[in-house]
Amino acid sequence: MKGSYIGQAWLAIVLASAFGAALAGVHAGLGPRIAANRLNDTLSQIPALVPGAAKGEPLEVAGRLVYRAVDAAGAPVGWVVPAGGQGFADRIELLIGLDRAADRITGLYILQQNETPGLGNRVAEDAFRNRFRDQAAGAPLRVVKGRAGGAGEIEAVTGATVSSDSVTAIVNGAAARFRRERPDAP
Amino acid sequence: MSERKSDGPTAMERFIGGLLPENPVYRQILGICPTLAVTNTMEGALTMGLAAAFVLLCSNVLVSLIRPLLKPHLRILIFTLTIATFVTIADRVLAAFLYDMSKQLGPYIPLIIVNCIIIARCEICASKQSVGTAAADALGQSLGFTLGLMSIATVREILGFGTWFGRWLGWRVVPEVAPAYWSNWVIMILPPGAFLTLGLLLGVFNALTAKKGKAA
Repeated sequence: MKGSYIGQAWLAIVLASAFGAALAGVHAGLGPRIAANRLNDTLSQIPALVPGAAKGEPLEVAGRLVYRAVDAAGAPVGWVVPAGGQGFADRIELLIGLDRAADRITGLYILQQNETPGLGNRVAEDAFRNRFRDQAAGAPLRVVKGRAGGAGEIEAVTGATVSSDSVTAIVNGAAARFRRERPDAP
Repeated sequence: MSERKSDGPTAMERFIGGLLPENPVYRQILGICPTLAVTNTMEGALTMGLAAAFVLLCSNVLVSLIRPLLKPHLRILIFTLTIATFVTIADRVLAAFLYDMSKQLGPYIPLIIVNCIIIARCEICASKQSVGTAAADALGQSLGFTLGLMSIATVREILGFGTWFGRWLGWRVVPEVAPAYWSNWVIMILPPGAFLTLGLLLGVFNALTAKKGKAA
């Protein structure tokens, strides 16, 4: 009885082994390129996130990866902090640009989000991201609806309150944590 | 009367069949999950169509090659194993070479594994007919699938975003005017718009083919 099961399933076993080997090969071949794509997505944003930055140097701070933004001469001009958290639909991954003293937010870029198309995914657009520019990083930002935000306030995307709240909460948490943990914290 | 090999429909018949008479979206109503999910842009529709075409062609050819070895009670397992492998390859290739598209389509590329069109073609054609016929069937069905996706995406993207191939080519169909004159129909890019568009286009398709049938 046992013998005939294996005998009947031999094709499935052979194919599974062959396919497994093929997929291992594809992963080994393409893995580095995919990792490079992900890294490039991050690194290519650094000049846009911190004014005057030419590139970012990776650095580990309290177990997390951050990037020191440096200008063409190599002098530090700011920081880029990757962060993530739960959005409305799925996880949101983003990059926060901070100035040298980590006192002001200089930019925001959404790396990955699966928010509702046409509504929640507008948090990835320039209009919403620019609201974080020049905000103080020292105190948590508040989300307001229906009017433009003043200092310390972020106007939510119409019809996407939860996505806007999520992004702001991720930024607040990551900025506060980085201010505590950074190498040159006072 | 020409003699027909008792294999089933010929390769050409399989190819033509996949385009309109047995169109997977409008006639067989298969693969509706990606049809509804990725058709809010033309780029998504085209990429999904090409990825599904790659998987369908490779699976059909492979299954057709091993068809003498298939056992009836294990064939679905073998089909699924084959399809899953090719979908994984397609997903990795997309992530490596079209990273932005891969991010946009998200989980829907791996979901090609459970796209009923592919396993249906393995069962109906590839497991029973020669490699050439199976390949023609795959090409016809995937072309039909892509045309179905692109027809729905055209309606949804133009009404919902005002563009056509807006991401890759930046073509605006609806000129940018003040919201007082025209605002984008956001519902078209959301799931309800998908269902509405599919239903209405299906009705149009049925009406056109019914008229042709009556005239014949």
